Amino acid sequence: MDYSQFFSMIPEATLMVALVIVFLADLILKGENKHSALSLLTGVLLVSQLAVCFMQTPAEAFSGLYVSTAATNIMKAILTGGSLIVVIMAQSWLQRADVADKEGEFYELLISTLLGMYMMMSSGHFLMFFLGLEMASVPMACMVALDKCRKESAEAAAKFIITATFSSGVMLYGISFIYAMTGTLYFDDVVNYIDATPMTIMGLVFFFSGLGFKISLVPFHFWTADTYQGAPTAVTGYMSVVSKGAAAFTLMAILMKVFAPIAEYYEYLLYIVIVLSITVANLFALRQNELKRFMAFSSISQAGYIMLAAVGSNGMALSSLIYYVLVYVVANMAVFTVINVVETRGKGNTRMSCYDGFYQTNPKLSFLMTLALFSLAGIPPFAGMFSKFFVFMAAAQNGSFLAYFVLFIALINTVASLYYYLLIVKAMYIKSNDNPLPEFRSDCNTKLALGLCTAGIVAFGVCSCVYDWIAAACI
Amino acid sequence: MVPVEFYFVLSALLFFIGVFGFVTRRNLIAMLISIELVLNAVDINFAAFNRMLFPDGQLEGFFMSLFSIGVSAAESAVAIAIIINVYRNFHSDQVNSIENMKY
Repeated sequence: MDYSQFFSMIPEATLMVALVIVFLADLILKGENKHSALSLLTGVLLVSQLAVCFMQTPAEAFSGLYVSTAATNIMKAILTGGSLIVVIMAQSWLQRADVADKEGEFYELLISTLLGMYMMMSSGHFLMFFLGLEMASVPMACMVALDKCRKESAEAAAKFIITATFSSGVMLYGISFIYAMTGTLYFDDVVNYIDATPMTIMGLVFFFSGLGFKISLVPFHFWTADTYQGAPTAVTGYMSVVSKGAAAFTLMAILMKVFAPIAEYYEYLLYIVIVLSITVANLFALRQNELKRFMAFSSISQAGYIMLAAVGSNGMALSSLIYYVLVYVVANMAVFTVINVVETRGKGNTRMSCYDGFYQTNPKLSFLMTLALFSLAGIPPFAGMFSKFFVFMAAAQNGSFLAYFVLFIALINTVASLYYYLLIVKAMYIKSNDNPLPEFRSDCNTKLALGLCTAGIVAFGVCSCVYDWIAAACI
Repeated sequence: MVPVEFYFVLSALLFFIGVFGFVTRRNLIAMLISIELVLNAVDINFAAFNRMLFPDGQLEGFFMSLFSIGVSAAESAVAIAIIINVYRNFHSDQVNSIENMKY
């Protein structure tokens, strides 16, 4: 075997090394400085990983099992950046007495899920894809269960692992039918042999529903709200942006690469799922009074918008999806950073009512939260508006009547989503509260995470060069 | 020799027994067993399809089922650990009693 092929998968190799280093450091380091040393080490490793992702050139290894393109490299960089923000914002949670000794485990699990997502995104074969998906979702269940003594965390983890295993079983069943009809599992070969027989379409539906569970699109979304609410806030943030972004990218890449010849069949599937995701999630979000649960439904509807890019199935689809995920990472992480800091300081409270009058005591935090919510809702000049615009534009290039109809419904839902995002803003600024949260000074980690996110929200909105750069790289 | 169609019937039956069990059982362990049935159906499917398509050739489907067996073992190990943690917190493994966060 030619071992030099490992050189073409440098991001994975370095991340693997980082995992081992963090693991050893967790074993070796002792004493008072362990916490700061370990977190600094993880931060430095993730930053260098970011550089590695940018330097990686497109390559193919192991006879097409592993494929890395410019698009996957950008996506890997974005997800690494998202994980870095998670590590920074999790610090205030990791200092809590009962979690402090599990800090190393948190970093190890985070890096191994990231490694799984890398594998999943640059897979060129269904086996690699499946292994990457499992590598991303099994450690994720452990992360959800990290607050071992909290009932909610245990419940959330049980719901997550049961649905995740079931959905991967369903997905594999679908893949087995596709294998039966095409006789191969390589993406490049499957596309040559695939045609619209009933068995292939059955395989497609099973496959789609399995991945739909992971992205939490609507008919498969039942685990999302409970898991997001019960998981530790940092982990919820990680799940809602990084893991969802990776799964959405992979689903679209596979739909466009492997199922392209039967696009007219999966398009109907996409239309139904997108309309349901956006509408149902918006309706449910309206009646939530728990902020993390609210963000769960918000993320379901955002997943619908992300999949809107796949309707286009042209060159713009890929770049608009990557841009959407990039903007979604910074905006959503900003919201979760604020939730996290309020939860740690406010005795574990994430109810919406405790944000009443938040502006009176913490004007800066509520201002940053407002910016992030505006970006999620898509108000110009923040980045969220442009990401929605590009996704809509990609979908509009499909040109069929049904695609325009789906776009129209998505557009109406954007307005509806504005209403419920502004409910939080209203609670913070207008509602009076005799007993608001006390004023607190955020620690420097929270400031750093919020600073990075806000800079992203504003900069990605103002600089059009970011999208141009992604689009140029994806062609 | 057993005709190859029998394997597909067996695997389809296993799959739907698994799905049925997953939907109707109200016990976390029983749900996990049902999921294992689904995964075993997949393994049989891959092996049988490979045998049918390539009677004496490449082994792609067999490798897929081999990996799937390994991964499902890892999954159930994690799932059982989590279920034990649930049992410690709730003193029950019935789905009906784990509902702190409904609605």
